[in-house]
Parts: sequence; C-alpha cells; structure tokens
Amino acid sequence: MAENTTGYRYYLTLCDGPTCMQKASRTMRETLERELARLHLSDKVRILVSGCLGMCQKGPILIVNPGYAMYGRLTEEAVVRIVEEHLFNNRPVLDFIIDEDHLFNKFYRVFGDVNFFGKQMRIALRNCGVIDPESIDDYLCVRGYEALAKVLSVMTPWEVIAEMKKSGLRGRGGAGFATGVKWELTAREKSDVKYVICNADEGDPGAFMDRSAIEGDPHTVIEGIIIGGYAVGARNGIIYIRAEYPLAIKRLERAIAAARAAGLLGQNILGTAFSFDIEIRLGAGAFVCGEETALMHSIEGHRGMPRPRPPYPSASGLFGKPTLINNVETWANVPVIILDGADWFATLGTKTSKGTKVFALAGRVNNTGLIEVPMGTTIRQIVFDIGGGVPDGRRFKAVQIGGPSGGCLPEQYLDTQIDYESLTQAGAFMGSGGMIVMDETSCMVNIARYFLEFTQDESCGKCTPCREGTKRMLEILTRITEGSGTAEDIVRLERLGALIKRASLCGLGQSAPNAVLSTLRHFREEYEEHIQHKRCRAGVCQAMLSYAITDACTGCGACRKACPVNAISGTQKTLHVIDQKACIKCNNCFVTCKFEAITKS
Amino acid sequence: MNLDATKLSELDAFMAETAHKTNSHSYVIAVLHKAQQLFGYLPREAMDYIAHAMNIPTAHIWGVATFYHFFNLKPVGKHPVSVCMGTACYVKGAKLVLDAIKEELRITIGETTEDGIFTLQETRCIGACGLAPVMMVGDKIYGDITPKKAVKVLAQIRKETV
Repeated sequence: MAENTTGYRYYLTLCDGPTCMQKASRTMRETLERELARLHLSDKVRILVSGCLGMCQKGPILIVNPGYAMYGRLTEEAVVRIVEEHLFNNRPVLDFIIDEDHLFNKFYRVFGDVNFFGKQMRIALRNCGVIDPESIDDYLCVRGYEALAKVLSVMTPWEVIAEMKKSGLRGRGGAGFATGVKWELTAREKSDVKYVICNADEGDPGAFMDRSAIEGDPHTVIEGIIIGGYAVGARNGIIYIRAEYPLAIKRLERAIAAARAAGLLGQNILGTAFSFDIEIRLGAGAFVCGEETALMHSIEGHRGMPRPRPPYPSASGLFGKPTLINNVETWANVPVIILDGADWFATLGTKTSKGTKVFALAGRVNNTGLIEVPMGTTIRQIVFDIGGGVPDGRRFKAVQIGGPSGGCLPEQYLDTQIDYESLTQAGAFMGSGGMIVMDETSCMVNIARYFLEFTQDESCGKCTPCREGTKRMLEILTRITEGSGTAEDIVRLERLGALIKRASLCGLGQSAPNAVLSTLRHFREEYEEHIQHKRCRAGVCQAMLSYAITDACTGCGACRKACPVNAISGTQKTLHVIDQKACIKCNNCFVTCKFEAITKS
Repeated sequence: MNLDATKLSELDAFMAETAHKTNSHSYVIAVLHKAQQLFGYLPREAMDYIAHAMNIPTAHIWGVATFYHFFNLKPVGKHPVSVCMGTACYVKGAKLVLDAIKEELRITIGETTEDGIFTLQETRCIGACGLAPVMMVGDKIYGDITPKKAVKVLAQIRKETV
C-alpha cells in the first residue's frame, strides 16, 4: 500500500493471525509465491500480510484488491486456481469466495460482500487486516500519526482533553469510567514527573481483543498513548503487556523503534517542544495485574497486589507520581476521535455509551472471531447475525459476557443492548469484551464452578473476603456438582456472594461472585435439579450421569476391556450391559466405543 | 548446583543495562524473565545471585517469583505441554482432553515425566479461541483437539524425541 502503486496489478492481503497461521497461511504464502513465479506475475502482484481479520472460522483468508474479493478456507488447490483464474485471467474464482447475502457496511472500509462484517463498524480495529502491521509507511498511508500532528500543531492540552470529554468515550477495560475525566484529573495534578500507562494485560479467559488489536495495528495504540502523554503533561509512557503474547510484543517493539526513527517518539517530537518516549514492561502471568493498582505494583517490581483507592492513580500512581492508565482499545479510539471529531464520535452508540466495542466471540457459535460493533447492537444480532447462530442444530442456552467478572445471560435477554448500563442491569458486565456462547451441552452450575475456580486461583490473597470467601464458595459448588449439595447451599452461596462483593478490596474480589450470582438468578432450576434430583440436564457433571448401552452395540468387547472396574459384561457379538452399581462413571467406555452405542444421561 | 558461567555473564550484561535506569529495582521482573530464558527455570542459586547483584533481599525476589505463574521454580521437561483452560476451550471440552493427557503421561499439573520429556503446565487462555479446544506443546498449537488426538500427538512426539 505504501509503495508506489504503479506496476502492481493486484494487491493480496494474507491474514497472518494465529488461527490462520495455524491453519497454514505460511505454506499458502509459499504456494502463492511459487504459482506467481510460474506465471511470471511476481512483479505484478504484491503480497501483504495483515494481522488477524477476525474471521478465524473461515481461515486461512486471502483478500484480492482491487475488488475486495475475499477468499476463505484456502487450500493449495484453491491458491493454484486463484492465481491462474483471478490473477492471470482476471476472473474471480466464485467457488472459494466467502459470500453471504448483502453489502452493508457503514464505516471506513467495505470488507466485501460478507454478512460477518455487515453489522460491524470498525473503529479501534479499523486498520487490522488492512495494513501491514510491521510497516510504519502503511500506517502513515491510512492517516497514521495525522492526529498526533494535529494535536501538537494546533491544539493545546486542554483542548485535547475537552475533545475527549465531549466524545463521551468510556474506558474499554471494563468499568467504563469516562476517559476525558480521567485525563483531566491527571492533567490537573502538579508534578515534575507523570506517567502514562497502556494496560495490555489481557487476562480474561476467552478474550483476545487487545492481542489482536496490537498485532494488527500497533501504531494506532502508540499514537493514542503519545496524544495522552501530551494532554496530561507526561514524558514517560509504559505499555504493560502479558509475556504470553510474544508476537504482540515483537510488533510493539518494532513499531516503537520505527516511530522513534521517524521522530514521532523521543526528544522534540515533530520539531515541537514536546518530548515523550515509550517503554515496554512484561507481565508474568497474574490475572490480578489487570487491576490498575496491582499493575503498577508489578511495574515497580513487586508482587502484583492491589491497594485501596483513593488515592487514585491520577493523584498518586506509579512510583507515587500522577499516572494516567487506559486500556489498549481505549487508546486505539483516541486518534480517530481527534481526526474525525468528538461530535461525530458522539453520534455513534447509545445515550450513555458512545462509539463501538470490540468483542471476542467464541464458544458454541458458527463464526468465532473478533468483532467490533456500535454500542446499542443487541446480543441477538451479535450471536445470530454476525456469529451465524449455534452449530449442529443445537439450541442456544446462554451467553457469557465479561469474563470471570461478568455473568451469563439466558435467551430472554438476547435483545439486551450492548452498553455499560444495560449489561450491568441484566446481571452481566461489559468487561474487556469476551463473549462466549453456550448451548444445551453446557451445565450452568459447572460453568459457575469453572469461573470461581479461576478467580479463586487468581486471588492474590491480600484481603480475607476474596481469599477465603471464594474458596468456600468453590467448595460449595464442587459439592453441588458432585451430587452432595443441600438446599441450604443455595442460600449460603447467595449470602457469601453478596458479602464478598461488598467487602473485597479490588475489582477481582468485588466481581468474583458474579458468575455464581448471575447463574443463580437466571438458571436457578439447574441448581435445584442438581441438589434435589441429582440430575445434570446437560450431561456434564460426571457424578450424576448414568451410562447405558443401546442396540447399536455390536458386541465387540472394547468397552468391557476398557472398563477399569469390570462393570460391563456380555459375550462376544451380543449386546453388552453396564452394572449401574459398579459403574464409577469414568467415561472410558464412552470414549472407547466406535459405534456410538453408549449413551449418558 | 553451579550455574553456567557464560549464561551468568549474559545475565550480568542484562542487569548492567537496567542498573543505570531510574527506579532500577523495578526491573527485577524483567531480570527474572531473562534468567528463566537462560536457565529454563529459576534455580534458587540464580535468585541468590540476582539478589546480590541488584542489592535486593532474596526474600523479595522469592516473593515475586512465587507470585507470578509464568516463573518455574523447578526444571522443566523438553516439551512443555498445556491445555488451554480458557472459557471457549472449556465449553468445548478441554477438561476431557486434560484428563486424557494426565492419564497418558501419568503426571499432574506442574509435574514432569520421569524421562524428562514432558512437563504438564497450567495455562490460561492463549487467545486462540477460534480453534477451541486447544493444546500447546512447546510453541506449537494444536487446534480442535480431542482426547484421542492429544494422546496420539504426544505419542508421536515422544517417539521423535527418544
């Protein structure tokens, strides 16, 4: 994109996201290069690599420009044909094009005739999948660093803050604090040293928005941070990122080096009096470090434990200095707001929640991947229009939003709008944007137990309600899933949950019971079934299952041999039976049977 | 145990880089990352060494190293194995995969097989939710994994290693 456009007939964009890479986009590239060379097209076609496009389900993905023809599920054979027919004979290969019904996309870029993108609006992810994330020139071509230039040349710091406030942007890390207000508070503090931090410690299981945003477009985040530094009067920026994201770290390092070389970071940026630099600090695998005070302790080289607020970071943060801390997605919105104006940004979304939100859509849904939708979109639109519904003809049961701090919403909440208030009211939480779809094969008690196991394990142990309370709740839940729960257990869970929420020190503890409380609210009958009837309707809780052999049994004897307690009997070539009293529900027979003759209920 | 001298000098060089920065003590996590990269895990001797070099009590370093999941205090096998326990993978049956691996390797999380080939590690979401459920061996990701496929992959790797 950055280079001279003359001479190239086609531009190919190959998705290099982790899913596509796993599905062999590397070998696709080799095949592509070989085929291009064979037809003497190497100098007429330019291959670009992009970060994750978000359409992981249909990868590996190749986009041919001009024309935005999007090819999916690439195979070697497909690549050979695309080169021959599309690139050589100028006839798109319809067989491999991802096509769904209509063309409808409001923002920045038409992504082809694909329903998956139709309901989306890409602001934070506007360049992901479009530009080469390792090329600063590509970023400059899409108005990169123009917002920074505008800010440094014609705006005072206070004008920048006023613009941010007017835009109505709220923190995308979860709690949704007004970004402009946070900037203002930090700017008002008088101090020789101030810090600006980018929180890229994305710890929620099932969430990969920040990683994809950084891998796909690191410069946007960097530009946002520099603008933030200018607005609050800081000279030092820090990006705190998980060590588990090596590619994102590499891309950030490169982007920072390129920005420094271009005079966009360092002393006297763009020839002005403003100096600013960014440093990367690695996390080391602690979920609680996503909490801002814990994160700062971790940067300081301590155990990542939170502390009570106030004082808020804006007054006393990193190394005791005023600190502005925002999440990756929040930073990525900043350049757009400066360029296209707060008034325009404020037209997007709902009354209280402006702009868009990125979600990582995963679980039991046809199209898993990364999506960005305007605030106010309903959950139904996300799950069924963009996500394509639940696979295998199964029934939708619930959607889990907000990770371990969030909650599960059942079918009757599908028309809930995505905004901070509506989600909280429904018993979920915006969180950082994980969205996991579940069907009838998921047991809600077991899911609640799963999340509690996570928060219990990640509790830093500093305050008692969180450390001990989550442990007790986990014990109760384990008891229920193992079939020895009592009626009082539900009351205990509710009481304990309410107490932990009220008395914990930081966001982790305050939100840890949400998974349990929200499932208790919406799926209470499942808890009661587990306790009273020792029955798990999803067939997940092992202790409550009973195994049986159907007529499909061929009498091969494989299950009999696999059974560790000799609970299965039968002679060769006759129907086998399971002794229910002896069965320890180990699931071995179920896995072993080649004829699907074993059922569990 | 004596630590390898060339590795130690590399660690020294890294620490020297951080020493002149402001708030140099805050770089202790970065130094521990470097040490783990060099030695494969964090031997007690390395922590003592860092404590002396950075003038920080070993107790503090121990506290930091034990707080974060990323740091290993015990040697790790040739191929670290982990099953993603993120929500998307969990919903799609990651626990069954983990159980199958535990049984196959006869170890539980945090342990290494007797032959030193595999270490089973705990892992949080690795962000490959589109491929769920996911198993990782070293840096390689195996998507859409089933208990049977996992066992097969491990057997193959063991055969190639021995």
